Amino acid sequence: MPERTQTTRTDRETPPAVPAETGTAVVEGPPASDDRAVVRDALGVGVAVGLSGFAFGVTAAGAGLDLAQTCALSLLVFTGASQFALVGALAAGGNPLTAAAGAFFLGIRNAFYGLRLSTLLRLPRAVRPFAAQLVIDESSLVALAQRDRRSARIGFTVTGVTLYLLWNLTTLFGALGAAALGDTDAWGLDAAGPAVFLALLAPMLRTTVERATAGLAVLLGLGLLPVLPAGVPVLVAALAAPSVLLVRGRRGEEGAR
Amino acid sequence: MSVWGAIAVTAVGCYLVKLLGLSVPAGALERPLVRRLAALLPVALLAALTAQQTFGGDGGALVVDARAAGVGAAAVALVLRAPFLVVVAVAVVVTAGVRALG
Repeated sequence: MPERTQTTRTDRETPPAVPAETGTAVVEGPPASDDRAVVRDALGVGVAVGLSGFAFGVTAAGAGLDLAQTCALSLLVFTGASQFALVGALAAGGNPLTAAAGAFFLGIRNAFYGLRLSTLLRLPRAVRPFAAQLVIDESSLVALAQRDRRSARIGFTVTGVTLYLLWNLTTLFGALGAAALGDTDAWGLDAAGPAVFLALLAPMLRTTVERATAGLAVLLGLGLLPVLPAGVPVLVAALAAPSVLLVRGRRGEEGAR
Repeated sequence: MSVWGAIAVTAVGCYLVKLLGLSVPAGALERPLVRRLAALLPVALLAALTAQQTFGGDGGALVVDARAAGVGAAAVALVLRAPFLVVVAVAVVVTAGVRALG
């Protein structure tokens, strides 16, 4: 690890040395201020999202999970959408295996973040099992927004570690506080889960394909809710993704002819 | 399967896909169709979950209650580019407010 970091630093310090008049102070200046900017951005994301672990703790407790189960989810699963999906499905009376399947399918997107991060961060083999747990929406998006490897590594680590610590701490407080709050629905906390999903979904709705998929999934998810056992409609709604791709692929072929 | 079983399956599954992404050689999962399906799958799941947890009532019934107002307010906050925590807070506060009034 130190060897690789050293290589990266050397790579980075070479280009600013080219303009002769900038001087030593300026050459060393940009990386430090860049680092601070990356850390500031990463902390902003990590703190904001980390605090919403409180809503998860309260929601999980409201769904009937005990303190150990709630904290285990944040410690071990550590990917918010999957956690909310699992406790939501369990609260709705879904079969635990169906609930876990929905949560797992939501977690698959992290594999594709990891894929893009592996070439960007070039983590040593020994670090990967630990870094893997931190591969989530926020840490990936902060890292992928950086211009070079050093900044990406800082962004990924600071966002991931801040979020992990805060998310778990606020989960604990949320689960403990739920008892004190009494009826969590009276506090509107049952709206936290869907609001989290919506906030994650909104930036993904860029083109007609995404919007059509979301629309079809809503229709399937709501339409099948009264008919199928709890937790199953969301899995059927996931089929909106391949369906839209299939229809679009057919149209593309027809257009080509 | 118990609740602990569901937690274990979710935890192991979610960790393994995270590790898989970091560990496989670049390009292995980069087939265009796989990549597009993987990008589109969370869109479908998140949209369905948002709708279900906003309008789902007891025993699979569909209801419009204070949650719809709260999630609607969150949508407005998102359009106004509010930060993540503000979006969630708006949903919670509006839902509680509508419930207190109703």
